Amino acid sequence: MLEIKNLHVKLEEEDKVILRGVDLKIGPGEVHAIMGPNGSGKSTLSYVLAGRDGYSVTDGSATLEGAELLEMEPEERAAAGLFLAFQYPVEIPGVGNMTFLRTAVNAQRKARGEPELSAGDFLKVVREKAKTLKIDADMLKRPVNVGFSGGEKKRNEILQMAMLEPRMCILDETDSGLDVDAMKLVSDGVNALRDAGRSFLVITHYQRLLDHIKPDVVHIMTAGRIIRTGGPELALEVEANGYADILGEVG
Amino acid sequence: MALAKVKEDALSARVAGLSLPEAAGWLGAARTDARARLQAMGLPVRRDEYWRYTDPSSLVAQDAPAASRFDPGDEPEAFDGIDRLKIVFVDGVFDPAASDDLTLAGVEIERLETAASAQIHWAQGIFGVLEARGQTPVARPFAALGTAYAKDGILIRATGRAARPVALIYSHSSDTSDAILHHCVKLEAGSNLTLLESGPAAARFTKVLEVDVADGAEFHHIRVQGRDHERRAATHLFARVGAGASFKSFTLTANGRLTRNEAVIELAGPAARAHLAGAAVGDGDFHHDDTVFVTHTAPDCESRQVFKKVLMNGATGVFQGKILVRQGAQKTDGYQISQSLLLDEDSQFLAKPELEIYADDVKCSHGSTSGAIDETALFYLQSRGVPRSAAQGLLVLAFLAEAIEEVADEVIADDIRSRLEGWLARHAAKGGK
Repeated sequence: MLEIKNLHVKLEEEDKVILRGVDLKIGPGEVHAIMGPNGSGKSTLSYVLAGRDGYSVTDGSATLEGAELLEMEPEERAAAGLFLAFQYPVEIPGVGNMTFLRTAVNAQRKARGEPELSAGDFLKVVREKAKTLKIDADMLKRPVNVGFSGGEKKRNEILQMAMLEPRMCILDETDSGLDVDAMKLVSDGVNALRDAGRSFLVITHYQRLLDHIKPDVVHIMTAGRIIRTGGPELALEVEANGYADILGEVG
Repeated sequence: MALAKVKEDALSARVAGLSLPEAAGWLGAARTDARARLQAMGLPVRRDEYWRYTDPSSLVAQDAPAASRFDPGDEPEAFDGIDRLKIVFVDGVFDPAASDDLTLAGVEIERLETAASAQIHWAQGIFGVLEARGQTPVARPFAALGTAYAKDGILIRATGRAARPVALIYSHSSDTSDAILHHCVKLEAGSNLTLLESGPAAARFTKVLEVDVADGAEFHHIRVQGRDHERRAATHLFARVGAGASFKSFTLTANGRLTRNEAVIELAGPAARAHLAGAAVGDGDFHHDDTVFVTHTAPDCESRQVFKKVLMNGATGVFQGKILVRQGAQKTDGYQISQSLLLDEDSQFLAKPELEIYADDVKCSHGSTSGAIDETALFYLQSRGVPRSAAQGLLVLAFLAEAIEEVADEVIADDIRSRLEGWLARHAAKGGK
């Protein structure tokens, strides 16, 4: 599904190197988690994959089902099946959440040569999916993320993911700012989307999210590299001993 | 040379080629008075404080600078889907063949020239009268020019609820046309009228619209100024709003080398309401000036000014807006916002918001901002699959939303939005950043 090879990235403005050779291969239907201390480059990796400005790739590649992602515009990556659930979802005053969702769904359908969803069909689908995420009619009507609580913003991200049906989902610290109940709701939403054709990359500091979204593979990232890869037990090891132990062991 | 002399000379040059419209009676007298006002004022020059941000020279020049006509292609004309009574002017001249029959339930409509022969006419109390009142404290010479020299215009009197909107359609046919029009509208107590205006009108357009909204009446005005890119226009809207009456005006301007829209509104009766809004989008050598003067004379009145401009590729936006609260206009609620969205660093927005308050129990707020498109929001939309140009269009419409919300009729508001979407799509395609 997603294959990252020897990815080197620096910040454009500060000339600061963030990723120093990331290698990662995620198969169809797999759930991978990346853990690591602050500043290890986890969020940068997600932004670079989604195509945010301000980063320059100095070496390496990232392909989604064989297609080179790094040469595409962000909207082309989305149409190709990539989705990033933002750590800090953006507020857009003046644009209704429903308009936003419908514009996004239809833009992707159009890019893939599929017919646009009619207003009625769209409404039916969005209401059903919103209900399972406990997103009420008012949240759908309000401007995108404006005045939403932290938990509402994250649920709104998952709703977008459910509507867009991407093949490769990246969750960037989706657990940050969530209480226990909200974490359960968000995780249930993610788990409902798991299937053999859809892969996930879950970026998190803490093991607790991985209690809800069970990963197949866990990677530890530090200083712009993946330094260890293992099964779910690796996350438990981090939880028990902290990052220092693992870093010391490798270093 | 002394400023007064320069202004006098400017006036002489401007009117040299204009013939004086003939009329006896009340109309002739009103025109004579306007000429005297105009003579005393002269025409503006750049040194005038009120014209500091907008160069009046092309409005003052003897001949209208040529403006080629815009080919709208398959774009529908403004208000196309709305059932309306059409009154058509071509280069500022009434076109009876293209216009509907001027009869409408709840409304009397008549041409300015036919009213001149009446001994007594309702328009006597309005024609040139609201304009003259609006000449203090700031002179508005082009308005006096309109009163003095307009040969054509329409007089509309609403006596009840107008059966459908009245639409003034200004088409532009000659590349060098120089049109002057003067209209008067009177809404009798408790009446209700929607007036639509659309079209470029001429290479150069000087227009005055005087509106008297009597007690408890409701006036809605929606204007779409033509797309002809090279056109120039100086328009004036004077209104007097009576007790419990409502006045709402919205203007969409897309393109135009020079547009100066002045609005002079007096809240004359208690609990009157006046809302003025504008959405302007400009690309390249576009200069758009909203100059607004709202006077609260009576207590318990509400006024609202919402002006938004989207500027790209070196376009210029100007806003001069004032709220004057007179002594005794207690419990005034005044709001004014002017904002620009600059899509590149070459465009500029010049704003001069003012408040002058002589009552002690009022609520007035004003704000003015200028900013760029939110790149973070743009990326967020793109990451969801929305192409960059469409994402920018969504954000621009979101920025303009507060102004468009002032259009009460949803069908008309949708018409405005779809015109803006079309404009944005075309200008994004041709390389607006």
